[in-house]
Amino acid sequence: MPLLSLIVFTPLLAALMLVGIPREQAQALRRAALLFSLVPFALAVWLLLEFNGARGDLQWTERAAWIPRYGIHYMLGVDGISLFLVVLTTFLMPIVFLQAWDVHKRLKEYLVLLFVMETGMLGALVATDLFLFYVFWELMLIPMYFLIGIWGGERRIYAAIKLVLYTMAGSLLMLVAMIYLAIAHQQEVGQYSFAWEHLLQLRLPLETQRLLFAAFALAFAIKVPMFPLHTWLPDAHTEAPTGGSVILAAILLKMGTYGFLRFAIPLFPEVAVEAMPIIAVLAVIGIIYGALVCMVQPDLKRLVAYSSVSHLGFVMLGMAALNLQGVQGSLYQMLNHGLSTGGLFLAVGALYERRHTRLIAEFGGLWAPLPVYGALFLVVMLSSVGLPGLNGFVGEFLILLGAFGRFPWAAILGTTGVILGAVYLLWMFQRVMFGPVTNPENKSLKDLSVREIAMFAPLVVLFVFMGLYPKPFLVRMEPSVRLTLERVESRARSASSACNDGIACVARGGQR
Amino acid sequence: MHEIQAAVVAEHVGFLWWIPALPAIGVLFHIFLGRRVRETVVSVIAPAVVGLSFILASVAFCRIWSGPPGLVLQQTLWSWLPVGSLNVAFALQVDALTAVMILVVTGVGFLIHLYSVGYMHGDPGYARYFAYLNLFTVAMLLLVMADNLLLMFVGWEGVGLCSYLLIGFWYDKDANASAGKKAFIVNRVGDAAFLVGIFLLFWHLGPGAHSLSFTEIAERARHVSPAVLTAVTLLLFIGATGKSAQLPLYVWLPDAMAGPTPVSALIHAATMVTAGVYMIARLHSVYELAPVSLEVVAIVGALTAVFAATIGLVQTDIKKVLAYSTISQLGYMFLAVGVGAFAAGIFHLVTHAFFKALLFLGSGSVIHALNGEQDIRKMGGLRHHLPITYRTFLVGTLAIAGVPGFAGFFSKDMILARAFAHAPILWGLALVGAGLTAFYMLRLFSLVFLGECRADARTKAHLHESPSTMTVPLVILAVLAVVGGYVGLPEFLAWGNRFGAFLAPVVGNGEHAQHHPQLTLELALIGASILAVLTGMGLAYRFYVQAPEIPERLARRWRGAYRLLWNKYYVDELYDAAIVRPVTQLAHFLWRQFDLAVVDGAVNGAGEAVQETGRWLRRWQTGNVQHYALSLLLGTLALLAYFLGRG
Repeated sequence: MPLLSLIVFTPLLAALMLVGIPREQAQALRRAALLFSLVPFALAVWLLLEFNGARGDLQWTERAAWIPRYGIHYMLGVDGISLFLVVLTTFLMPIVFLQAWDVHKRLKEYLVLLFVMETGMLGALVATDLFLFYVFWELMLIPMYFLIGIWGGERRIYAAIKLVLYTMAGSLLMLVAMIYLAIAHQQEVGQYSFAWEHLLQLRLPLETQRLLFAAFALAFAIKVPMFPLHTWLPDAHTEAPTGGSVILAAILLKMGTYGFLRFAIPLFPEVAVEAMPIIAVLAVIGIIYGALVCMVQPDLKRLVAYSSVSHLGFVMLGMAALNLQGVQGSLYQMLNHGLSTGGLFLAVGALYERRHTRLIAEFGGLWAPLPVYGALFLVVMLSSVGLPGLNGFVGEFLILLGAFGRFPWAAILGTTGVILGAVYLLWMFQRVMFGPVTNPENKSLKDLSVREIAMFAPLVVLFVFMGLYPKPFLVRMEPSVRLTLERVESRARSASSACNDGIACVARGGQR
Repeated sequence: MHEIQAAVVAEHVGFLWWIPALPAIGVLFHIFLGRRVRETVVSVIAPAVVGLSFILASVAFCRIWSGPPGLVLQQTLWSWLPVGSLNVAFALQVDALTAVMILVVTGVGFLIHLYSVGYMHGDPGYARYFAYLNLFTVAMLLLVMADNLLLMFVGWEGVGLCSYLLIGFWYDKDANASAGKKAFIVNRVGDAAFLVGIFLLFWHLGPGAHSLSFTEIAERARHVSPAVLTAVTLLLFIGATGKSAQLPLYVWLPDAMAGPTPVSALIHAATMVTAGVYMIARLHSVYELAPVSLEVVAIVGALTAVFAATIGLVQTDIKKVLAYSTISQLGYMFLAVGVGAFAAGIFHLVTHAFFKALLFLGSGSVIHALNGEQDIRKMGGLRHHLPITYRTFLVGTLAIAGVPGFAGFFSKDMILARAFAHAPILWGLALVGAGLTAFYMLRLFSLVFLGECRADARTKAHLHESPSTMTVPLVILAVLAVVGGYVGLPEFLAWGNRFGAFLAPVVGNGEHAQHHPQLTLELALIGASILAVLTGMGLAYRFYVQAPEIPERLARRWRGAYRLLWNKYYVDELYDAAIVRPVTQLAHFLWRQFDLAVVDGAVNGAGEAVQETGRWLRRWQTGNVQHYALSLLLGTLALLAYFLGRG
């Protein structure tokens, strides 16, 4: 049974069904959306249960001809790398729809766009044909453009255009590189192919690979975003509506890191190994730079946005290590960041709904009127800080441990991010929640409703679970990560048989 | 020593997990039901779960006590972090060292929970307070029961979190919230180094799977190069200077006094801050392979002991004096482990837990009676009004000062003797510290309890002894502050050092190691320290009871020195100027000048350039979407052609 297709397209179906509900029935629209969003989640849970954790290769593959003449097929598959990202996406959507109770402007379009977006994201995660991947990749961008442009804040148009231009700049080059790969396949094997598994087998000259890798890496690095390509993010995040910010942070950014791990690294292993020191350096700069800039943000949402630059720096640092701990930590941290930063945006959103401002200076002493909110916000904040016992620590620890095995100095510098992370988050929390209530408007704020608690509760449960018992996640990731690393290793080794220039020495500290 | 350790007898027991789990149940109860039930329910459950934990800890202790030497109780709960060659388990263990620690944590912890019932009565955050306090107990138990370095780190940061939450417990005051944040961040600085230490260790443990368990680390450490071990142990020690408030990371502890006083007693005196000492004792076999690191530990400990004591001389806040005294006493513990006297360090940890908890709770009773007043200049003459507090506080004072017969005497002298054997200069520092301690403690005691009451009339009218939930723990701790010392007598007395013998299978029996002092020398050393203590106490009595004008005269005469001490050597100001402000300025600079000006400037500039070009190109453009799509396609094809041409 085509489980992956079902997961990918049930949201689109849901969007179509929403179209049939009259826009005046706002409550019915919201309820239907929430209910529909549970379907892909249920299917993803089913996938999780049926997933064979012992296998590292693609599972649940589907294949259908699309434009066979050019080697374009509808091909889906899932492995330990994409599995949990799929689950995460479907898990977060119901929470985003719960948040939609706060949306009143053009509600119907909002809900429909969210579902279209979900299909785009899920499709990109399970597509194993590069062309198909590109279609989904671009499909994600369009709803996000509208989400920001229509439901966004004051500078929404600027932010939306900035997002699109930035992203397009990278992805067009990526498209060129993809087409080049298909043609190269034709020259080598005799027929065009966009299939990921075919393209893995290509042996291209190192010079060519470098350019192609650069094209992929640019597209993904913008999406991550890696320093210094990050400046679209604070604007997009700050201007986006809460639901949009959650999706943007939790899932869209992961497309960049996922892209590295799925495409850029395995397709061009020799170059990837070469490039990893650069990636590691940029990642560390991102960690520290993002954290420092966070410290001085007057706007709560912008602060959370910049924190993503820092956290995604960790993700990239782990990946750059190209060893089991680093890459698995990186994957785990993708999930963590999705959950905790998603939670932070929900928390900021809840304040915005009450006060219609995001300026930290407007708040202070909120724990007194909002004790339940305070407790939940606290846990979310601590998860983001990477407190041991919660999810964030597992990811950060594995990343830094892995990175230390390959780039000790980068890991040491990255570890300072652990301090800075505590600085900006705790300081933010103090200024918002603690101290005396200075603004009289804050005295009578209403604490969280049951619906709002329901948005946070699943996150908090996962924070604790993933912090104390990460094994079920890690063991399902490991075979695929191992396979990827083995591919990189063997290709890089055969590329230069002598292990003297350090390029091909992946084995050193690799499989530990 | 190694042969003793080889004889480890492991026994798997199923009840260990209940020891931390019971307080954890308390936490969940307070979070979910605490605000809905009456205060009395919370005040029964919170101490009860810790009390039950104490009973289980006692059971474990007795098993170790009566079992063969080197007995270790173990329980593996689940596989925690399995990634490649890393395979860390969520596993607990209790050996002699841990048995001592869990008794202190749950025992003193129980008394302080009990005391808190009275102290926090009527506070609007009652349930929240006990949720934090129970959570602290969980984390602390995890710290000392973890069977591996990483799980220990979970407890390590967990206690830091609870400390943060409890310092800022009365969150509506900005100062409290800032103090909590400072504690967490300074601790994080240490913890970052601690983490790097773990990384470095992991990558040098050699081939094969690594559980990072203490047994494994001890075994493998022998094959690791001394340079790496030195680096690892120093990095871990930096973590310890954060958690245990040593130079240079001690700055958070005095501020931490902003928390409720029972918290200062439990977390910032008796238990959490001793974690660093425990960590070094736990990893003693690694530290012994890195003598340089041990030397550093000893020196930092001795310096901190004197440094903090000098600041304590002039402070006027009752809790601040005790805070600096805690830092100083922790210095003694580090001095002990640094010179290889691990058992002595832990012994002092235990006796200190008794008398310092007693002193803090006593000060809480005083503050309670004076309606929140903490300035000792506004106290005095309280012996008549608070008889129980007065007597128990006196016991605590004598114990910490090291008066013969009281607990602190035995443990401190054991450290002094070992320090002398190691390096007389360290002994000299410690001796000076002992004299200073005796001085500032008697000063504190005199100003608070003796002489005339200097409080205003209204406060005076309301003076009252605390309720029995508060005085009973005081009495129990006072008893412990006396008898606690008799488990570790000098070797030549009565039953000798039972404490050291009990810990020997775990941390080795340093007493039998080289340089064991001669009896005459040992007696001479004891004589010297008694002399130092008596001098300190005598001076304090003269200064603050007999001739109160002397200190002021001295302060005027040695104005510079006085101001230096009064301002705590300006260390906070130094850190602020050297670290906090430059970092903040850098952050501002990066955001304004780099992010907004350079990167966004370039992006927006590019955008404007495109617009300009667009205006110019508009002549050829119809504004039709197809045209744009076409140009997009053409551009793409052009690039493609270029690439293909190269390939």
